[in-house]
Amino acid sequence: MAEVAEKEKVQMLDIYVMGKRYKVPEGLTIQTALEYCGYHIIRGCGCRAGFCGACGTIYNFTYDPTIRYALGCQKEIEQNMVITQIPFFPATEALYNVEDLEPKEGENKLVELYPDILTCFGCNNCTKTCPQDLEVMEFMSAAIRGDIKRVAELSFDCLICGLCAARCPQGLQPYNVALAARRIYGHYMAPKSQHNLNRVKEIEEGKFNVELEELKKASEAELRKRYAAREIEPAK
Amino acid sequence: MPYPPYMEESIRKLEASRQRRMKEEIPLISSDERDIIVRKYHPDYRETGKRKLLLGPNKDETMPEELANQLEGNSRVDPDKVDLSKIGYDVDVLIIGSGGAGLSAALLAQENGAKVLIATKLRLGDSNTIGAEGGTQAADRPNDSPVLHYLDTMGGGHFENVPELVWAMARDAPMAIKWLEDLGVNWDKETDGSMRELELAGECRRRVHSCKDYTGLEVMRVLRDEVRCRDNIDYIEFEPAIELIMDDEGQVAGAILVNLETNELSLVRAKAVIVATGGLGRLHTQGFPTTNHYGATADGLAMAYRVGCSLIYGDSIQYHPTGAVYPLQFVGILITENVRALGGQIINIDGEQVACNLEPRDILASFEIRECTERHKGITTPAGNVGVWEDIPLIDMIHGEGTIARRLPSLVHKFSRFNIDLIHEPVLVYPTLHYQNGGVRMDANSATEVPGLWVPGEVGGGVHGRNRLGGNATLDIYVFGRRAGREATRYAKEVKLGKLTLNHVRQWQKELEWLGIVKERPFSPMLLPNYARQPSDYLADLYTEKLQSGLVKLA
Amino acid sequence: MAEAEVAEKVRMLDIYIMEKHYQVPEGLTIQTALEYCGYRLIRGCGCRGGSCGACATVYNFTHDPTLRYGLACQTAVELDMCVVQIPCFPTAKPIYDIKKLRPTVDQVLGIYPDLATCFGCNNCTQSCPQDIEVMDFMSAALRGDFPAVTAESFECVMCGMCAARCPQGLSPYNIAMLIRRLHGRYLLPKSKHLEEKVKEIEEGKYDAEYEKLRSTPMEELRHIYDERWIEPK
Repeated sequence: MAEVAEKEKVQMLDIYVMGKRYKVPEGLTIQTALEYCGYHIIRGCGCRAGFCGACGTIYNFTYDPTIRYALGCQKEIEQNMVITQIPFFPATEALYNVEDLEPKEGENKLVELYPDILTCFGCNNCTKTCPQDLEVMEFMSAAIRGDIKRVAELSFDCLICGLCAARCPQGLQPYNVALAARRIYGHYMAPKSQHNLNRVKEIEEGKFNVELEELKKASEAELRKRYAAREIEPAK
Repeated sequence: MPYPPYMEESIRKLEASRQRRMKEEIPLISSDERDIIVRKYHPDYRETGKRKLLLGPNKDETMPEELANQLEGNSRVDPDKVDLSKIGYDVDVLIIGSGGAGLSAALLAQENGAKVLIATKLRLGDSNTIGAEGGTQAADRPNDSPVLHYLDTMGGGHFENVPELVWAMARDAPMAIKWLEDLGVNWDKETDGSMRELELAGECRRRVHSCKDYTGLEVMRVLRDEVRCRDNIDYIEFEPAIELIMDDEGQVAGAILVNLETNELSLVRAKAVIVATGGLGRLHTQGFPTTNHYGATADGLAMAYRVGCSLIYGDSIQYHPTGAVYPLQFVGILITENVRALGGQIINIDGEQVACNLEPRDILASFEIRECTERHKGITTPAGNVGVWEDIPLIDMIHGEGTIARRLPSLVHKFSRFNIDLIHEPVLVYPTLHYQNGGVRMDANSATEVPGLWVPGEVGGGVHGRNRLGGNATLDIYVFGRRAGREATRYAKEVKLGKLTLNHVRQWQKELEWLGIVKERPFSPMLLPNYARQPSDYLADLYTEKLQSGLVKLA
Repeated sequence: MAEAEVAEKVRMLDIYIMEKHYQVPEGLTIQTALEYCGYRLIRGCGCRGGSCGACATVYNFTHDPTLRYGLACQTAVELDMCVVQIPCFPTAKPIYDIKKLRPTVDQVLGIYPDLATCFGCNNCTQSCPQDIEVMDFMSAALRGDFPAVTAESFECVMCGMCAARCPQGLSPYNIAMLIRRLHGRYLLPKSKHLEEKVKEIEEGKYDAEYEKLRSTPMEELRHIYDERWIEPK
């Protein structure tokens, strides 16, 4: 009786998992809907919170063939959704040592690593596929121009789910290109933090060793006293 | 992987004898001589690898061991733990399997007003039909008649066929071809529209209709497309049936399905059930490789046997004489019979014909086995397989250059991927498990002895006797599929279903226990062969857990 | 001992299945290699003979990122191959009644309006494991040359890879399917002898002859069979 009342409240939606129809309660994400249907997800599931990019999903609707893209853990299911999770398309990441990639005037390190990016013809499929709504095509043009900073900025939210590569008609891997750009930017171009560098130097020179030894030897009561009395930086 | 040098040597001999062989005519042997060679060399007559059935309608009959195990298998469901009140689907006609027979039945059932559900193990349309290359017989040319078709089929089957079934098939054949044409199948035609027909072995007229060498694929594409376009036909993929449900009146009344990806069971109540699950190639009887689809595991035979249907000629298996032997990737796959129809001869290591290339399948298979065993005139591959040549290049010499490329594009394409050029080189062949000649006993509408159950297509038996002619399988499926769809709908409109029950499963398990063979028998139906080198059973605990909660037993 | 000998003879290849490294003996197909590695296939395996299109696979090599496409049951594994099987891509499968259509471009465009958005990137052709000139038949479809579409798409196993790679989200394999049906039903000339034979059979012309054979004793039937006239090749 109680169960019936419960059921009446929840609307059941038809969804199609790789072409197979299931009925699931509304309000689930694609990921929890898959699990509701009985799939034990191995590939295609990670942090379950929209950070890891394991659950890139392609979907459309029975009544609308337009292909759409989402993270399975972030997208709520809708009536007549047709869902397919696709495994990583093969993509060959360039092998490099970031120490060898110092940007120089007149050179484009990204083109050296990924020469095929010059074949981008601007179809904009990458941008359409991105479940993070990144301007992928725009950062690809920046990559071709050698504007590493712009690539790093535009691609910062990339989860490396690989959907852009799965849909690029030229077989490019925008997510790997952006990764290289962010690493080059971080290594060479982002302004350096002087106080961090100073502290590393101090620690390596042993500046804090005496104080630390002293603390290690302190009794618990002494430690509690010093913990309570430590100076707390006022909030900004 | 071109042929290694020692095989090339034998090819030179074959080439040297071509001019002579083009004029050489080896006569067909008589029907009496056929009986002799078949009994001596055909795998059906070997004594090893067989045993008597211990229970069921065919008790005490001898069957290939692999089939006997499936027929006597344990049910995958525990009747005490299945709640028969939880009906997932309630339909007029349930069709299990979605090959040529299943989809033909679905279309006819729908046209006659039934609400139809198709449950299929893999994708909609996945079947042996899709790989059928040769063609479909129908006696429609002016110098031909369904009576001649009947006679050919009876003779090819050693006169052991059930006459009513043969006549039903021969009579309906031209109608089936026309029906498919109206659905949009592109049959091979002359420019004036007349069908371009081939003769296959054992047939006294040219009557095989083809769609290049993609005949089954072309028809399945169309049937699948049409099924998807029709209202009132629902289909569930990756969800095979694992048991039939009966009612307390002894009628078949539905089936239990399992979701292959999630192990979930669902119950279908149906006024009529059409089992169209095809054959058993993937059981690899007698250790033979097979031309069959991944899903050809005798599921329907096992389920029908358990509700009390008997089998006819269950021990009769067709080993197709031209299965590939080299390269390794192609072992067992079919070289279409059209090659023989076009003049491809079967040649031994010394460049001599093994038999007339137009002998029926079981006869030629027997000759090949004799050549490779008793006579030691086969060619052995580096992997240790043995075979004889099928002289494909001869076809261009007979019919003019370009014939092979035009008529056998699929074959040429497949082998070119492995650097074998079939326009200039022969192919090595040996018998391969192709078809179950027998099956569940049925009438001319493919109804079984148990009310509520129909078995069109390869799962049904009797029409081909103990040997099927080329072009009669893809015919049988459309003819009996259509008849089953029509008749099952007529029946569904009248039948009153009683209370659903799985007592037949309880009874079955009791008998297995009484015989003390529960542990010796596998779960059946098999569903899929397991070719994984290290079967991953680390999830076995999960299955055991589900088993205890009354769900499914996946072996 | 014997096993060690075999192992010595067979070269082992490194391959990567969805980025996981395995070693398999050479001479396998992608399909049998997957099974060798312990995968039990459910989706992604069908006829095992190159006809059904269930096992379309994308691959490249560790040393060459170019994407390639093949049927897993028909493609030999090679050293350093990286393979991924792609499950069915969501596509459009419109509903239509073939009996109510006419074989015209307008009808096809009515059902697949997006066909007109093809911009000729040729990805469909590149991705076809059957080596079909997909883009060519798409242009032929737009031109209304249905015999060309039928001929060019005839080897299509409907694996769906062209749709998975089309930047415009078209499904060339479904479009070709519709056109082949229109061609078979409306454009191929009708077979006169077929229609005549159907009529004769339905009128019962052969029934008496069958009944006579049906009641013929077996010995005589065998004789009739052996003596029947066989049409020369």
